[in-house]
Amino acid sequence: MALLEIRDVTRRFGDFVAVDRVTLSIQAGEFFCLLGPSGCGKTTLLRMVAGFDAPDGGGISLDGMDMSGVPPERRSVHTVFQSYALFPHMTVADNVGFPLKMARLPPPEIKARVDAALEDVSLEGFAGRYPNELSGGQRQRVAVARALINRPKLLLLDEPLAALDAKLKERMQLELITLQKEVGIAFIYVTHDQQEALALSHRIAVMNHGRVEQTDEPSKIYSFPKNRFVADFIGTCNILDARVARVDGGRMQLQIEGLGEVAALRTDSTATGAKGVLALRPEQVAIGEQLAPNTDENHFAGKVFDFLYLGDVTVYVVELPNGSRVEAMLPNSAPGRAKFFEAGDSVEISWRIDAGRFLTD
Amino acid sequence: MSRRLNLWLISGPPLVYLLVFFAIPTLIMVLASFRLPGEFGGLAPLVERGDDGARVINLTLENYQRFFSDALYAELFLKSFWYAVVTTFLCLAIAFPLALLIARSPRSHRDLLVLLVILPFWSNFLIRVYAWMIILGPQSVFAGTFNAFLHLFGMGPVRLLFTPFGVVIGLVYVHLPFMVLPLYANLEKHDPALLDAAQDLGANGWQRFWRVTFPLALPGVFAGAALVFIPAFGIFAIPDLLGGTSGIMIGNVIKQQFLDTRDWPFGSVLSMVLTVVAVGLAGLAAWYARRARALA
Repeated sequence: MALLEIRDVTRRFGDFVAVDRVTLSIQAGEFFCLLGPSGCGKTTLLRMVAGFDAPDGGGISLDGMDMSGVPPERRSVHTVFQSYALFPHMTVADNVGFPLKMARLPPPEIKARVDAALEDVSLEGFAGRYPNELSGGQRQRVAVARALINRPKLLLLDEPLAALDAKLKERMQLELITLQKEVGIAFIYVTHDQQEALALSHRIAVMNHGRVEQTDEPSKIYSFPKNRFVADFIGTCNILDARVARVDGGRMQLQIEGLGEVAALRTDSTATGAKGVLALRPEQVAIGEQLAPNTDENHFAGKVFDFLYLGDVTVYVVELPNGSRVEAMLPNSAPGRAKFFEAGDSVEISWRIDAGRFLTD
Repeated sequence: MSRRLNLWLISGPPLVYLLVFFAIPTLIMVLASFRLPGEFGGLAPLVERGDDGARVINLTLENYQRFFSDALYAELFLKSFWYAVVTTFLCLAIAFPLALLIARSPRSHRDLLVLLVILPFWSNFLIRVYAWMIILGPQSVFAGTFNAFLHLFGMGPVRLLFTPFGVVIGLVYVHLPFMVLPLYANLEKHDPALLDAAQDLGANGWQRFWRVTFPLALPGVFAGAALVFIPAFGIFAIPDLLGGTSGIMIGNVIKQQFLDTRDWPFGSVLSMVLTVVAVGLAGLAAWYARRARALA
């Protein structure tokens, strides 16, 4: 049985449906991400799991117990808030010990456990400081230590790294992964940053307009997006409008207007005439002055429209004869040359037929 | 150079104001407290020709001796102090829930509610206190209901007007907005996420109030307490109108010294003591408030 069961949960604010029939189950010890653009309902869902808000329909159960009517203070679920919400009038030790104090544990035990918790997040020696005397990363660690100190069954994190700079963010991500493994408590992590979700989680639920679009492992989400939204939201993706022209065996031919036919692997439930998009990752598109034709590849000529030099790679925007633009990624690791083409150069692009994914609308 | 000029231009007017309306009057009062009363009120001349023709300088410590040798005045100070303390606590007890209610109501309602709090200021202070004389008077519906209530428990009837009870009601009524406004200004700035966090971490409603809301509101509590306590300590109009003989406060005695007894020097002594005590207590409150704010 899953640790947390979210069954058919709906939440409306007036006419606006913030969360729309969401069903998810989170396993014990799992690092689970809720990923989606702002306003997609992920924070509303999180607040319902924490108990700050109640669903209009459906139910939430934790460890087999129905949570409806159980207030936040009586749920074994703690939250790390986006602003950290550290109590400004309490020292680090009093902040971290707060849940134990509320549970009326004897002071010596509180002290011992606070000391241990601060050691776990490498904040020994900060016990007597006040939150306004800490850096962003230190505050984040205090918030996590405080939320974990009385061993909840589930920890909710609401964009906890959003306020940190890129370098620190990366370090805190690694710390969170290590910490989550150590404590073995299930984490639900809300973020709008797809890279963060891919890096941190065991499983990701991609949300849009209150609905869960896809729930899967990071690599599956990235390589096998279920629909146009997921393909577009996770990483960069070339999206070409297409129609199924023919299906033969394991392959199908897609008609792309003004460009001709491209081959792709057949996906379940695709019938001739079905409309949709071909989703293609830039790193799977090869680019060169001349590329040898190959029956396992789709092949087109075009012109470099623009390029982005990103240090490790260069992304070329190639304009095809039908006016559509395709991004192709080229590593800059080739010896002696940092970039290969200029805007306006004639180039050829190709991709393996199993690289593109046809997604029906 | 222009920075210094700007500094003077900005701080000059309030400095002049404080000098003219606070420092100089205080200095006059200090000097007056060492002089002798004039025959028909006011002050006796500083330098006089005695009967033997020798020049006498009329400076004395007698006024202070009189204050410290008669326990009556210390008792009056203590009584006024307690009235002010009770008033401050009652104001706090009424104002805190009120300020919390305003701070937590929808943003669009808050201005209106604050306006309602300060609305009484639009009518004259004395008229409002006279209104209380009618409300507390023995013939009033309020007094009747109050005594009917006491009668249920086999007590009463009691008099409300011209008693210490009436004085405290008047003091609380008049000073309440001075407690509500600083508290509201403080509570409105609280981050609601802190209460969510406290609840999330296991604090019930009572614990959330005493562990989070109240400690964070302390700067507002001290500011409000100072604004209520200091004027309530020295006030004379309310005990004059609502207190009768039993509800007299130190402010009444000071007023009597100047207007009735016409003993300006002794009135100055009482004023001096009042100022010293009030400034001392205000300083203490400011110190606590600063300490509380440093943590917030």
